[in-house]
Amino acid sequence: MTRSTSRLAAAFAAGAAATALSVGAAAADFPERPIDYVIPFDPGGESDVTARMQEPHLEEMLGVSVNVSHQPGGGGAVAWSEFQNNAEPDGHEIIGINIPHIVGQPIQRDDAGYATDGFEIVTWFHFTPNTLIVPADSPYETVDDLVAFAQENPQALTIGGSGTFSGNHLEVLRMEEVADIDVTYIPFTGTGPLPAAILGGHVGALMTNSMLGVQMEDEIRTLAVASEERVPALPDVPTFKELGYDIVGGTYRGIAVPEGTPQERIDTLREAFSEVNEIIGEDQVPLGFIMTDYGGDEAWEIVDQVYNNYSAFLEDADD
Amino acid sequence: MDMLLAAIPQILQPHMLITIFAGVAAGLLIGSLPGLTATMALAVLLPFTFGMDALQGLAALGAIYMGTIYGGAFTAILINTPGTPSSIATTFDGYPMAKQGRALEAISAATIASVIGGIIGVTALLVLAPPLARLAVAFGPAEMFWVAVLGLTLIASLSSDSLLKGALGGCIGLILGTIGVSPVGGETRFTFGIPAMQGGVSLIVALIGLFVIPEILSMAARGRAALSAPSDMSLERFNFLPVLRKVISKPVNIIRSCVIGQVVAIIPGAGGNITSLIAYNESRRASKEPESYGKGNVDGLVASESSNNVMVAGSMIPLLTLGIPGAPPDAVILGVLMLHGLRPGIELFTESGVLTNGFILSMGLAALMMLPVGLLGGRLVYRSILKTPHYFLIPTILIVTILGTYALRNNVTDVLIMLGMGVAGYFLRIIGIYAAPIVLGLILGTIAEQGYTQTILGGMADAVPQLRLLDNVLSQILFALVLLALLSALLPRLLSRKQGITGSGPTPPGNE
Repeated sequence: MTRSTSRLAAAFAAGAAATALSVGAAAADFPERPIDYVIPFDPGGESDVTARMQEPHLEEMLGVSVNVSHQPGGGGAVAWSEFQNNAEPDGHEIIGINIPHIVGQPIQRDDAGYATDGFEIVTWFHFTPNTLIVPADSPYETVDDLVAFAQENPQALTIGGSGTFSGNHLEVLRMEEVADIDVTYIPFTGTGPLPAAILGGHVGALMTNSMLGVQMEDEIRTLAVASEERVPALPDVPTFKELGYDIVGGTYRGIAVPEGTPQERIDTLREAFSEVNEIIGEDQVPLGFIMTDYGGDEAWEIVDQVYNNYSAFLEDADD
Repeated sequence: MDMLLAAIPQILQPHMLITIFAGVAAGLLIGSLPGLTATMALAVLLPFTFGMDALQGLAALGAIYMGTIYGGAFTAILINTPGTPSSIATTFDGYPMAKQGRALEAISAATIASVIGGIIGVTALLVLAPPLARLAVAFGPAEMFWVAVLGLTLIASLSSDSLLKGALGGCIGLILGTIGVSPVGGETRFTFGIPAMQGGVSLIVALIGLFVIPEILSMAARGRAALSAPSDMSLERFNFLPVLRKVISKPVNIIRSCVIGQVVAIIPGAGGNITSLIAYNESRRASKEPESYGKGNVDGLVASESSNNVMVAGSMIPLLTLGIPGAPPDAVILGVLMLHGLRPGIELFTESGVLTNGFILSMGLAALMMLPVGLLGGRLVYRSILKTPHYFLIPTILIVTILGTYALRNNVTDVLIMLGMGVAGYFLRIIGIYAAPIVLGLILGTIAEQGYTQTILGGMADAVPQLRLLDNVLSQILFALVLLALLSALLPRLLSRKQGITGSGPTPPGNE
């Protein structure tokens, strides 16, 4: 895709120029003061809990203290726009980024205040695939059961999830297209209210992240997971692909720095995060996370994939 | 029962007692600073618990939570500023008491009420958790809509001098609540092209702006501090026992408030923000002397503080049994449970029952520790506020307020909104539009909007989706309660107007 290839080239040039100017001295000096790690969401969410787990290990590896702070609002957009406008590109200011949020919001809103390609992505450090969940006493035993019902009763099946044009919502839109059904998506504010929605019978199913499937194992049935391969914490749950539905998606969480940050500092940060991943993976994998380490070109490939899969839905929304 | 007994020696170890004590003290300090919420206190102090075992870590967080909610009462009483949203109703009678020189009485009463509330909440959690958990999931979108509407009817009784002005305040709050990204649909509304406005008007920002700033502006206008030293009772001779007797002489008030606190606590989403307002309102309605509420009636204070401390343990019921956070701070606790590999559900009460019971008991212990910590701390804070001249006090409060607002989301726009709302709030107060209805509109507008749109969405396949709002017993009951509340608030007013009686309504709470 042209938008990211041109920006990659620009970033590469900027990185090369910065390297030339600093004559390699920067690598040894970095980091020279505490690192500010901004979480664009409320305390208590997955991004926050992950950052709290990363914090002590990052400090040990980078040799400086790491200050985690929260700047919630607008589904992350408040922090991301503030960051792109004001953060210093010296590697000491880093911010949590999420897919599909940073792809969707700039397309869908006129005044999101930031651009998807205005970040340097350090790494996508983990992935939580979307999962389709029904109550344990639901009549739907398989995805096919649910699809059959939805085909006969347009709009009657309600699927809850977190947020509008979020990962959950986009996956429902994708499923409608792939399975040729028409369901009603009901957005809730965050993942917190979802267990009550499904246990209280207020929605027929949930499209949510994989952690909920692990957390609520006894009360619900997970019909399918939208990853390429099965999730380690849910070994008995088939992927949508196994069942013949081409649905792969979820939320990637990662780290970005401002445009113009020297490349070797990005490399230092990435190295630290991938080593931390090894350690905290022991705690996160059993919860339903899939640990990843996509930096550089690979990171932008992920962005492009999401863009290609969902941009049609998002542009429809921008009216 | 065996597990309960097995848990007792675990939490009585010295290191546990110290942890709980420190947690309560830290929570108290944070809770008394406007802008620093219980959720933030838990998130910031969370890394300290990583080095601890599961029980100690959970006990520390439970104690911090308990202390924060209680700490909000201090500033509510002493500077008319709810330290956390759950102590809004504490300002109504607490601050008038402080102005009458009864600050220590107010603090002691708030402490006693909080301790009782905390212990009742813990007891309910131990005994009633599984049956009450069922109630939590019964509240779906339609029920939440009616809960919010029911809450909005409080405006009628919170603004008894002029219903019109109260309603106007409520509408201001409702409109403020629409700023930012809409809860359903994701459109950005009223942001005027400013990216930072996508975050909307945070409740805490409004709370600080509307309560604190008008207070310090009028303090500055008067040229003296609002509190004067008690004339008839010196600090040294203040006696705790009469207050204790006064508080426990009205058990019905406390029990009613605790029951309200418990029920509201387990409704996900409503949380402690409105428990104390509902409890306060019911206490006034049941009182033989409702006109004394808002002028320093200790019963109003007790109702507010006992109900909001029930909430701490009460909101753990849906959390521990079903993994549903009853109030925002519970989300952090849920994160910690998961980190320690503890899945909410029935196993928490069976397989890891000793740990869970230990955690619950440690919250009870934290409630008890609020007594010494609060009475001592309260005296210290009161004395320092009393002895500080107003020309130091006003700038100090202002700076703490600005820092607190900024720290909330690290957002300068929040500070500007807070100051703007503060100045507006000062003038609104002069013309008789008070902060409480505005804040209530802000809290409940979003809940009502979300409940309504989600309900209608759920009925997309029906001929008349609106019927979904009343398609089950619980929402019908709530609807009946809304009608009842409206009638009981409006009828006396209409009747008295017909008979030409003036000035019979109770005075507005919390303000001169």
